[in-house]
Amino acid sequence: MFGPWLPLEPNQISLSLKLQPPSSVAWLGYDDVGRPILDRLIMGARASFFVAFWVIFVSLTLGTLIGCVSGWFGGYVDLVVVRLMDVFLAFPGILLAIALSGILGPGLENVVFALSVVGWVGFARLARAQTLSLKHREHVVAAVALGARTPRILRYHVIPLLVAPLFIEATFGIAGIVIAEAGLSYLGLGVQPPTASWGSMIRDGTSYMLMAPHMVLAPGIALLLIVLSVNILGDKLRDRLDVKTRD
Amino acid sequence: MLSFLLSRLVSTFFVVLGVVTLVFLLIHLVPGDPVQAMLGEAAQPADLESLREALGLNQPLLTQWWLYITNLLQGDLGNSLYSKEPIIDILIERFPATLELAFAGLLVAVLLALPLGSIAALRKDTVWDNGAMVFSLLGVSIPNFWLGPMLILLFSLMLGWLPVSGREGLASLVLPAVTLGTALAAILARMVRSTLLEVLSEDYIRTARAKGLRESAIVIHHALRNASLPIITVLGLQLGTLLGGAVITEIIFAWPGVGQKTIEAIQQRDYPVVQACILLISLSYVLVNTLTDVVYAWLDPRVRYSV
Repeated sequence: MFGPWLPLEPNQISLSLKLQPPSSVAWLGYDDVGRPILDRLIMGARASFFVAFWVIFVSLTLGTLIGCVSGWFGGYVDLVVVRLMDVFLAFPGILLAIALSGILGPGLENVVFALSVVGWVGFARLARAQTLSLKHREHVVAAVALGARTPRILRYHVIPLLVAPLFIEATFGIAGIVIAEAGLSYLGLGVQPPTASWGSMIRDGTSYMLMAPHMVLAPGIALLLIVLSVNILGDKLRDRLDVKTRD
Repeated sequence: MLSFLLSRLVSTFFVVLGVVTLVFLLIHLVPGDPVQAMLGEAAQPADLESLREALGLNQPLLTQWWLYITNLLQGDLGNSLYSKEPIIDILIERFPATLELAFAGLLVAVLLALPLGSIAALRKDTVWDNGAMVFSLLGVSIPNFWLGPMLILLFSLMLGWLPVSGREGLASLVLPAVTLGTALAAILARMVRSTLLEVLSEDYIRTARAKGLRESAIVIHHALRNASLPIITVLGLQLGTLLGGAVITEIIFAWPGVGQKTIEAIQQRDYPVVQACILLISLSYVLVNTLTDVVYAWLDPRVRYSV
C-alpha cells in the first residue's frame, strides 16, 4: 500500500543484472530483463489489493441491495431476481470473467468490472436467503406493524443482522478475487505491461524456470501466503461468529 | 417425479435462454466499434460494411438476438474470422480434449479426496486428521497457474518423468489432471470428512458396531454409502467448475481444448469464436447441474416432494 512512497524501482530495466539469483542487494533477485523482483512483488501486491477492495466493495453493495430487496418484496421482483441469479450462476465464475475482460481489453478497471459482474451473485444469494428468514422475526414484524417504511426497516432492522454472514463471505471472497486477478493477469488479460502483477510475474517466470526458478517461486509463494492467510482468517471468523455455513 | 422434472425443465429453459442472451450481448461490450476492433485500424470501409452485414450487426438489437438464437438452434455458429472455418467444426474438434481433461481432473479429485477425507474422519483430531486438513487448506489456496508450472518444473524438467505439454498419450494427461483436480480434491476431502463424521454418529452405525462388524465393513458398507449422496451432488456441481478452470490449465499445458481456443480467439479478436466457446462451456455446465439435480432427486425422494 505504501508502494508509491518507497524507494522502489519496479520497472527499472538493467540487462546486465538479468536472471540474477537472490543476493544481499536484491533479496529476491532479478527477472528476465533485470528488474528487481522484490520491488515488483510489492507493486504487484498493490494491484491485487486494489482489485480485491473494489470488487468486494462493488459486489457487496450491489449484491446486498439486490438480495435484500428481492427477499423482502418477494413476488415477481423476487422471481426475476432469482432467474437472473440462476443465469449468472450458470457460468463458471472464472470463465465469465475471462470472457468479459478478454472482450473489454486489458486494464485493472476492466478486471474490477469483470470480477464484480461475477461476484455480486454470491452476496445477493446470501442476502436474499437471510432476508427471507429475517422477514418473519418478531422485531421486524413489530416494525412493520408500527408502520415503519420499507427503506427504514431494511436499513435498521434487516441489514445490520446480515453483516456477519456477508462479512465472512467477503473474507473468503477476497481470496477468490486475489487468485482470479492473478489468473487473468497470467492469461494476459489483467494489468498492462510493464506494470507488475503477481499473475503476469508467474507467467513471465515460467519461461525461465530452470535457469531462474526464483522468478516463479517468489510471486507464487506470495500469492499462496496471502490466500492461505485470508482463508484461515475466514475459517476463524466463521467459527467465532458461529454462522451456519452454506455448504 | 414428473412434476419435479417439469419444474426443473422450465427453470433450465430460462437459464439457457439467459445464458444465450448474455453471451449474445458480449459482442456489444467491445469498446468502440466491434467490427473495427476485429478487422484492425487499416480496414477498408467496404470490408467493415460487409463484415457488419455478415454478422448482422447493422440490424436492430432485437432482430440480431432472434437471428442469433434461430441460427444457434440450427447449429450454425457462423465462421471464424481468423481461419474462416465454421465455428461448429472448431468446437467439435476441441471439445473432446476439454472433456477428457475435466473427467481426468474429477478422477484425480475423487482418488485423493475419498481416502484423505475418510482417514481424517476416522482418525479425528489426530495427526492424520490435521495433515489431511492442512492439505485441504493448501489445496484451495494454491492457484492452478502456479501449481501447474511447479509440477512441470519438478516432474518434467528436473525428473524428466512426464511430458511438459501437449496431448499425446496418457502420460501427458497426468500433470494437467492433477493441476486441475487438486483444488476440487481439497474441497471434496473436507466435504467427505464432515459428512462421514455426521453419518458415523448415527444410530445404525452403533447398531452395526454392536453386531460386531469389522470397522472396514462399517465404513465401506454403512457409512460411505450413506455419505455418498451429498458427495455426488458436490461432484456434479464441481464438474462445471472444472470445465471453467480448465481454461487456465489448458493454457499452462498447451492442451488443445476449448479453453485454449478461447484465449487464442481473444488474442486474435475473433469474437464470434470467443462467444461460441463460452457458450459451449456454460451450456455444458448447465446440463451437468441439471442432470445432477435430477439424479439427486431420483436417489433421494425427499428432494422431489419439497419442490
